[in-house]
Amino acid sequence: MEHTGTLERILRAVALTLVVVFFMFPILWIFLMSFQTNETILRVPPSMVFEPTLANYKALITGKLETNAASIEINFLRNLWNSVFLSVTSVSLALLLGVPAAYAFARHKFKGSEDIAFTLLSFKFAPPLLVLLPLSLYFQKMGLADTYIGLIWVYQLICLPLILWIVRGYFEDISPDIEYAYRIAGHSWFATFRKIALPLAGPGIAAAGLLAFIFAWNNFIFALVLASADKQPVTVGALAFVTASGIQYGQIAAAVVMSITPTLALALYAQRYLVEGLSLGAVKG
Amino acid sequence: MTTVEVSNISKRYGADQVLNDVSLSVASGETLVLFGPSGAGKTVLLRVLSGLVQNDSGAVFIDGQDMCDVEAEHRGIGMAFQNFALFPHMSAFANIASPLDARRDSPEAIKTGVHTVASLLKIDHVLEHAPKALSNGQKQRTALARALVGSPPLLLLDDPLRNVDAKLRFEMRLELPRLLANQGATVIYVTQDYKEAMALGDRIAVLAAGQLVQLGTPADIYLKPANLNIARLFGDPVINVFDVSGRRDEQGVYIELSSVRLRLDESMAACVDKDCVLGIRPESIQFCGSDTAGAIPILIETETPLNEKTVTLALTTGKREILISRPSSTTAPDSGQSHIVINADKALLFDKHSGQRIAADHCV
Repeated sequence: MEHTGTLERILRAVALTLVVVFFMFPILWIFLMSFQTNETILRVPPSMVFEPTLANYKALITGKLETNAASIEINFLRNLWNSVFLSVTSVSLALLLGVPAAYAFARHKFKGSEDIAFTLLSFKFAPPLLVLLPLSLYFQKMGLADTYIGLIWVYQLICLPLILWIVRGYFEDISPDIEYAYRIAGHSWFATFRKIALPLAGPGIAAAGLLAFIFAWNNFIFALVLASADKQPVTVGALAFVTASGIQYGQIAAAVVMSITPTLALALYAQRYLVEGLSLGAVKG
Repeated sequence: MTTVEVSNISKRYGADQVLNDVSLSVASGETLVLFGPSGAGKTVLLRVLSGLVQNDSGAVFIDGQDMCDVEAEHRGIGMAFQNFALFPHMSAFANIASPLDARRDSPEAIKTGVHTVASLLKIDHVLEHAPKALSNGQKQRTALARALVGSPPLLLLDDPLRNVDAKLRFEMRLELPRLLANQGATVIYVTQDYKEAMALGDRIAVLAAGQLVQLGTPADIYLKPANLNIARLFGDPVINVFDVSGRRDEQGVYIELSSVRLRLDESMAACVDKDCVLGIRPESIQFCGSDTAGAIPILIETETPLNEKTVTLALTTGKREILISRPSSTTAPDSGQSHIVINADKALLFDKHSGQRIAADHCV
C-alpha cells in the first residue's frame, strides 16, 4: 500500500512537471529572448547562457528599430495604448449593455427570449472573416472604417455574447426569493438590481469582464482588416517586426512580454475575486 | 390593522392550474393559516397577495383597496420566506434594517428599531454576523425580524418554521402567537404542519390542488373535517378509517364493525345503503371489558408510549388495523385479547366515492 502510494506520488509529480514545462517553457524562452540580440538568439546550438541586453526594450520604447541594414520607425507604444484603449472601452461598453441584458434574460422570460439570447451567442460561431468582408464595405460607406468607434462596435461581437451568457448564469443562480424579499422590504426593482443582483453576481461579472478583456486584447483579425497602423493593437502591430531585412526575434519577444504583462497582471489580481465565488449561505436549496 | 379580501383568484402555469377560483377574507388582526399538502397552491396564493406573482384572474383587496396595480414594495407588507431568503452579502443587522432603510428612516431610528425587534427575538448578539455564520434557528429569527421590524399591518409568513429542527419549531410554535398578537398585525401563515396550524390560526383555510376546501376554526376543522383527506391530514396518530356501509333497522341508523352494531345519529341518515368510510380518531376509542355494550373484540399487536399518550396498534377480528390512543396515565392491557368501545358521537362518516363528510350540518 505504502509502495503504491509513493509510486503514485512520483508519477503524479512527473506528469505535473511535464505539463508545467510544456506550457511554461515557451513563456520562459520568450522572456529570455527579450533580453538577447538576434545573434545570440539564432546561434546554434542554442544556449541559456548569454549577456543580457535591454536593447530590445529600448528600441520599443524609443520607437527606433536598428537593424543591420537600416533604422526603421516603429510605433509599438502607440499599438500598446490602442490595445489598452480598445479593450477597456469595449469591455466597459459590453458590461454596460450586457449585464442588464443578462439580468433581463435571467429573470424575465418572455416569448422568444431564448431565441434572442441564442442568436446573440451564435455571433461567436461564425468565422470572423465571413462578417468582416461585408462589414468593411459598410464601414467605409458609413465612415466608420479606421475609427475607434467602429472597432469598439465590432469588438462587441467578441465581448457582448461572452458577458451576456456568463453573467446570465450567475443571475440565474441567485434565488429569486432573495430579490423578492428586498422588493417586499419596500425597495424598487431597480434598487433590487443594484443592491442585490449586482453584488451577488459580482464575481461572475468580474470573471466575464476579465475573459472578455483577454479575448478583446488577443483579437487580431478585426483590427487587421478594419483599421490602419495608428489604430491597430499590439497583436497586429507585432507584424511590423517582420522586416525586409529579417525577423527581429529579440524585439518580437520584448513586445510579446510587454503585451502579455497587462493581461497577466489583471488575471493575477482578479484571481482572488474569481475564486471567492458566490456565498449564498443564507439560502437553503 | 388591515383586512384582506381575496376574490376568485386563479393562476395557471402552463397546463398547471395552481390556484382555482380561491376566495377568502381575513379580518383585521386575525391570524389565518393556509394549510395544505405541498403543491396545494399555498405559497403561490401568498405570492399573489404580496404582488410577487401576477394572478390570471380575480382580485386582491387590502384594506378595501384593489391591489391590481400596486407594486410589491408599495403594499405595506412584511414577509418571511420558507428558505429565509436573507441577503447573503449583508450582515444580520443590515438584513433586518432593510425595510426601515427603504422608508429612509434616520440612522438612529433604524438602530433602535433593529435592536428592539432583535432583542425580542433573542438575536441581538449576532447582529454583526453574515447570514452564513448564523445557525438555522438564528437565520429563521433574522428573517422573521426583518418581516416584523417595520411593524407592517399585514404579515405574510411562508412556512417560516419549515427549515428548522423539531426542538426549535416547538419553541417557536409557543412563542409565535404571543409575538404576532403583540404586533397587532393581520397575519397570513402558510404551513404544512397541522399542529402549527392548530396552534397559530384563529381560522384555518385548507387548500388542496389549488382549491379552497374548508375554511374554519381549528376546532371546526379537527372535529368536522369537510372530507376524508382533511381528516387524515389533521391529527396524530392519524385517524382510523374503515370501509363500511350504512344500514337502517327499526332502532335507527347503524353501521357494522366486526359484527358489532355502532348506532349513529339520525343526522347521518344519508349514509344508509351507501358505501362509506368510517373515520374514528384514535382518542375516541376506549378499552373496555367484554361485557360492555357495543364492545368490539381486538387483538393487541404493539404499544408505543409517546410521553403524554400511549398509542396501541391492534387488529380487529376482520384483521383490520386500528389505532387506539389513551393518556399514558391510564392503564390498559398491553397484549393479547381485549375489547374496545367506540364513541359514536365522535365518529365521522365520509362518502366513499366523493370523500365528502356525511352530516346533517353538512357545510364547507
